[in-house]
Amino acid sequence: MEITVQEFKHCDMITVKGRVDSATAPQLAQALEAANEGGKYKLVVNMEGLEYMSSAGFRALLAAQRNCKKYNRGEVVLAGVPDRIREALELAGFTELFKTFDNNLTAVGHF
Amino acid sequence: MQTVQFAAKFDFLDEIREFVGDVARKNGFTDREVYNIQLATDEAASNIIEHAYEGVTNGLLEISCGVRNKAITIILVDHGESFDPSGVPTPDLKADLSDRKIGGLGLFLMRKLMDEVHYTAEPKKNRNTLTMIKRKG
Repeated sequence: MEITVQEFKHCDMITVKGRVDSATAPQLAQALEAANEGGKYKLVVNMEGLEYMSSAGFRALLAAQRNCKKYNRGEVVLAGVPDRIREALELAGFTELFKTFDNNLTAVGHF
Repeated sequence: MQTVQFAAKFDFLDEIREFVGDVARKNGFTDREVYNIQLATDEAASNIIEHAYEGVTNGLLEISCGVRNKAITIILVDHGESFDPSGVPTPDLKADLSDRKIGGLGLFLMRKLMDEVHYTAEPKKNRNTLTMIKRKG
């Protein structure tokens, strides 16, 4: 798994590539927490290069969404979610908790 | 049936997914089915590593996998703490963000993704067996 962070004027984009499972999810959680600790609560998680995500990754996203939405200070949105991962998120009832965008440009434009 | 023993560590989840994914792919399961079989197996293995072997550093996880009559069977055997699957609450998928529970999601996904999930605890033998079956198409 590989994580890169880009700062935009109105939001930060966290691009996650490769595979997120119980071994790698803590790194994703850390990246999301680091953004929050830096006062960034409007976050795009760019999943275009993501191959796989288990519920360990879903939990990291959920924790970040809770923290970002607190006091209406922001939210986490998902961009470019691959089909297989989208299906699993839907099964878990997570698609209702996150706005999703087809690509990262429209996601960044949302903020 | 092929059987492989893995150290019960998250670092081996990649290999565990490869093992069951190869068997499924070679036996004609679609990419979508292969992904879901890998996800269910990952969730099962992660639960065993996290809960059955909580605090144990040298646990073993034995995984058997085979296809017969268009159905793949995956059997995970561990020698850690057993659990009662009926005691795991079904996650409330309609709950608000703040009420959403973190636990139980793995088991829920396994049940949704596979056609059958069975669990047997044999405390006297110190052996727990999780069996999952997924039929083609």
